[in-house]
This record gives sequence, structure tokens and C-alpha cells, in this order.
Amino acid sequence: MRVVIAEDSVLLREGLVGLLSRFGFDVVAAVGDAAALVAAVDDTTPDLVVTDVRMPPNFTDEGLRAAVAVRAAHPGLAVVALSQYVQHSYAGELLGSGDGRAIGYLLKDRVADVAEFADVLRRVAAGGTVVDSEVVRQLMQRGRDPLAHLSTREREVLALIAEGHSNAAIARILVLTEAGVSKHISSVLAKLHLPVSDDTNRRVLAVLAYLRGQQ
Amino acid sequence: MTSDITLLRAVTRSRFLVSAWPWRGIAYTATTAVAAGLLWLLLAVPLTPLVSAVWVLRSHPTSPDEAALRTGSDLFAAAVLGVVGVGLLALVMPRLALAVGEVERWRLRLADTAPVRARRIGNLYADPATWRAVAYLMLLGIVAPVWLAVLAVVGLLVVSTPVAVQHRAVSMDSAGSIAGRAVLGLVLVPVLLYLTSAFGGAHAALARLLLCAERDPAEAELVEVTRSRARLADAFDVERNRIERDLHDLAQQRLVSLTMQLGLAKLDLPDDSPAAAAVASAHAQAKTLMAELRDLVRGISPRTLRELGLRAAVEELAAGSPLRVRVDADPGRFPAAVETVAFAAVSEALANAVKHAGATEAVVTTRHAGGTLTVQVCDDGRGGADPARGSGITGLADRAAAADGRLLISSPPGGPTILRVELPCAS
Repeated sequence: MRVVIAEDSVLLREGLVGLLSRFGFDVVAAVGDAAALVAAVDDTTPDLVVTDVRMPPNFTDEGLRAAVAVRAAHPGLAVVALSQYVQHSYAGELLGSGDGRAIGYLLKDRVADVAEFADVLRRVAAGGTVVDSEVVRQLMQRGRDPLAHLSTREREVLALIAEGHSNAAIARILVLTEAGVSKHISSVLAKLHLPVSDDTNRRVLAVLAYLRGQQ
Repeated sequence: MTSDITLLRAVTRSRFLVSAWPWRGIAYTATTAVAAGLLWLLLAVPLTPLVSAVWVLRSHPTSPDEAALRTGSDLFAAAVLGVVGVGLLALVMPRLALAVGEVERWRLRLADTAPVRARRIGNLYADPATWRAVAYLMLLGIVAPVWLAVLAVVGLLVVSTPVAVQHRAVSMDSAGSIAGRAVLGLVLVPVLLYLTSAFGGAHAALARLLLCAERDPAEAELVEVTRSRARLADAFDVERNRIERDLHDLAQQRLVSLTMQLGLAKLDLPDDSPAAAAVASAHAQAKTLMAELRDLVRGISPRTLRELGLRAAVEELAAGSPLRVRVDADPGRFPAAVETVAFAAVSEALANAVKHAGATEAVVTTRHAGGTLTVQVCDDGRGGADPARGSGITGLADRAAAADGRLLISSPPGGPTILRVELPCAS
């Protein structure tokens, strides 16, 4: 899988290149700013872009702008944005680009768990939507009344759905049977009046829209 | 200073007639009349030679011969009298003017509530304050009698009403004429009150302009202190931003990189090797440190605030709070210093609500109206917050003051706690 990395810190950029190579990704370009990212994507037509949100020259949201731009120019290009902080406005903007598929918004911390990080990249490259658990935690903390009707287990399930996990992954994380997970998911979606769907992506987007819509 | 009420401003108020101001107006006007009279008495001394000089020059000779004879001595006498008069005036006027100024400043308390300060007098003849005081003498001696005369006419009409009505009744005038005179007298009462206070107020305003220093040096110093405090606060903000950037660019990136390397190292170590446990522990510690450093850096300078403004930053703060927080914020950007203080207030209030008040819910409101940004945080906790004990609140009040704003807190035992910060901002 062909990957372009954009990260202004040289140390971290080299580290990411090493990590991705180690997990079998083909890093075709590693750049240090947003303009170079756009150029590299045009040149190399990768399958996946991993970009820092904050990059030169202004160190605000250049990486995110570039990500939105390359997604507009290359529909279907998978993008994972790494951010030092959870910034809901940025996360929302990224999720709103394109059809919301093949998108990841993660805290930079997540690269520390190297295997899980590589797994997230593969899921996004395969068209999945992955949202950092911290974003989901904060969204769920807005404590809307319908959420109060969920049991603890159902809230856990909802969070995992929002993070973009499949039924199988949820079953593995919560140590449940897949049948048990399916039952919980149906119950959660019913309580929130969301359409029941086995398509993980459609489900993620519906749940995120639900959580974000109540800001 | 602008919040002080003056007689002139009181006249324009709707409840003027039922306030104490008409009485103050009358008192001020009456004492103005006395002061003008006394002034002329005092001026009589230096003016006598001048008046005499004029009188000598204008006295008509009885015959042409006598005229020729008298012209020389008259001119001489007039010249002497003139010189003496002018000399006396030059000596007396400034001193008299300053003395009158003293009295008049004291008297100004009748006409407004603003504090009164003397202008500084350096060299008597060189200081402009002296000549302003002399100008006030003209105002008191020449202009005041004119409007006092107008008031006297109206006043006479009012005061004479009972007598006039009685007189017309005795001389069997028509009932209409009697009633008309009575009505005129009655109508003129408020007119007189308004006129008195308006004239008196205008005179007092001019007196303040001529006799009082607009702002004393101590106050100017105070303004400078406030400004320098605001500059200091700005400098702190700049410094905080710089520290945040440095920490982000160096420490955070290195730490992420380090943790990632530890994660990779963990992969290669057999689970049962002695190093595996140590590396796993180091990895876990590094991950904890990343989270702690992130919180620390965010506390130093919230990035969302700088990049997206107050509303977005408050919404994120609310999202991260363990409380259920409702945010009702005006959009728009404000000056950086204002946003920083406003955000610090919300941050402090929410933290206190969790730590001390045991609250479960909070409402954050920000409103921008009339050149003031008002930020209010209300929680459902147990209240009893004491600004004197919490250094957080005190520090916040200091920051609000440095931004020329103020902090208000209401926290009765049992709650709720309401913290409000009002910050002036034009945008």
C-alpha cells in the first residue's frame, strides 16, 4: 500500500517512516509541510495520506487544509490526520469532507501503540471511518438525555461504534460473542432512533452525526 | 469621572423636579449672586483709579480757555490714575482670581458630585491656571449678572403672583384675568426651577472647566499603572504562547517519537525476555507522560482559543469537562487579551464547579453588547465560594482588572455559584 507522510518534526517523520515500513506499507514520500504534501500526492497518487494537522508556515491547521484539498482533488483518497489535541471543529471538518469514508482523525499519542496504529491505517485505507476514542468520549460526555437511558455496556458499545470498530472488533475488545454484540448494537440504535445497519461505515457516520448534531 | 452627576446633566433627567437637584440649583444660583456682588465690591479698589481717570477725561470744561488750561493737568492726572489703576489691577486681579477660585471650587460641590481638584499654580503670572482664574472672574463679574437678571425677572413674576392676584381681585378685574395671572405664576414655578438649574449648571460647568484640573497627576499615574499592567498581562500571554509552541515543537514531538520507538522495541522482544517487562513499563510511562504533557501544555495556552476563538474553545472545554455543560456563546472573535481572560474565567469557573462546588451541571453564556463582552458561568453546586480564599479567583480578578474589566461572583451557601466577567472590547 502506497503511503505519503506529512509531518514537520523530522524525528517523528523518520519514526513514522520506519514504523510504516516495518508493517509493510510502502512509503512513497515523506514531506515536512502542507504545500509539499499536495505536490507529493499529485506526483505519487498514493492510497493513503498520513498528515499532521499542525504544520508550517503558520502552525495552525495547514495539514488539515491540505488533507481536505487533496481529498477534493482525489476522491476516495484515504486520509488519516494526526493531532496533538482533540479539536472538534477540525475533526468535524475532516469528517465532513467527501462522503465521510476513508477518514481517520487520531490523537498523535495513538502512534505509540504501533500495532493498533497500523491496524487503524489499514482500516481507513479500506474505506473505514476511524475517530479517536478521546473525541468520542468527549462527544458522549455532552450527556444528552437519550444517552442517559443506555446501560453502561451499551454506552461502551456506542463509543466503539463511533470509533469505527466492526462487530467482530467490538466483540473482541469487550470479550463478548458477536451475537451478543449485535444484540447490544440493535438495542443502542433503537434507543437513539438510528437506522439499524450492518454496514460499519454507515453506522459510524450515523452515530457521529447523532453525537455531533447535539452540540 | 463621567459617571458623576452634574447640575447640568441633572436638568435633562425626567425625575429632575422631584430630586434634590432643583434645591441645589437654587442654592448654587443664590450663592453665585452673592459671590458676584462681593466680587464687584472687591474690584472697587483697583477699579476706582481707572474709573476716576475716565471721569477726569470725560468731565466737560466750562469754557474753551479753561479747556486749554486743564487739558495738560487733566491728561497728567488721568495718566497717573490710569497707571495706578492698571498697576493695582495687575497686582490684585491674579491674587483675587485665585482666592475667588478657592471659594468657587468649594461652592462647586453644590453643583456636581465629581471630586474637585485645584489646578497647579507655579509662577503666579506664568501659569495658565492664573489666567483661567482671571477669565472666570469675567464670567462671574460680567456674564453671571446677565443671567441672574433674567432669573430675577422670572422670579419676581412668580413671587409676586399672590400679590398680583389679590390686587386684581380688589380692583374687580375679570375672573379670567385673575385666573390667567395665577396660572402664569404657577406655570412659571417649574420654568423658574429649570432655568435656575440650567443657568447655574452651565455656570458651574464653565467654572469647573476654568478652575479645576481635569485629572490630577496621581490619577494620570494610575492610568499609566493600569496600562503597564495590561502590557504586562499581554507580555505574559505572548510568553505563554511561546512556551506552548516550544513545548509542542520540541518536547511533545520527541516524546511521541520516543514512545513510538518503545512501542516498536516491544514488538521485537520475546514476551518472556527480561527486557520485555521493562520496555513495556517504559512504554506505558511514556504514554502517560504524553497525556500529562498534553494537558499541561493546553493549560499554558489553549490552541483552539488562538485559532478558532472563544466559542470553539469554550465548547471544547465544556466537552472535556466531567460536568454537563450547556454553552450559549456569541460567535465572533475578540482581541486576544480579551479572549484569553474570558477563557481563563470559564476554565476557572468550571474547574471550581467540579473541585469545590460538587456541581453536576453548568451553563456558560457569552454575550457581546454595547462594547462589553460578558461571560457568565452558572453551576448547580453547593456554592459558598470565597474569593478571598481561592487564589484562582483572585488571579482572575487581577487579569480582568488588567484588561480594564471586572469580575463578579455570587456564591451563597447552598448555591448556585454565578461567576461573571465583564470586559470592555470594541470589536
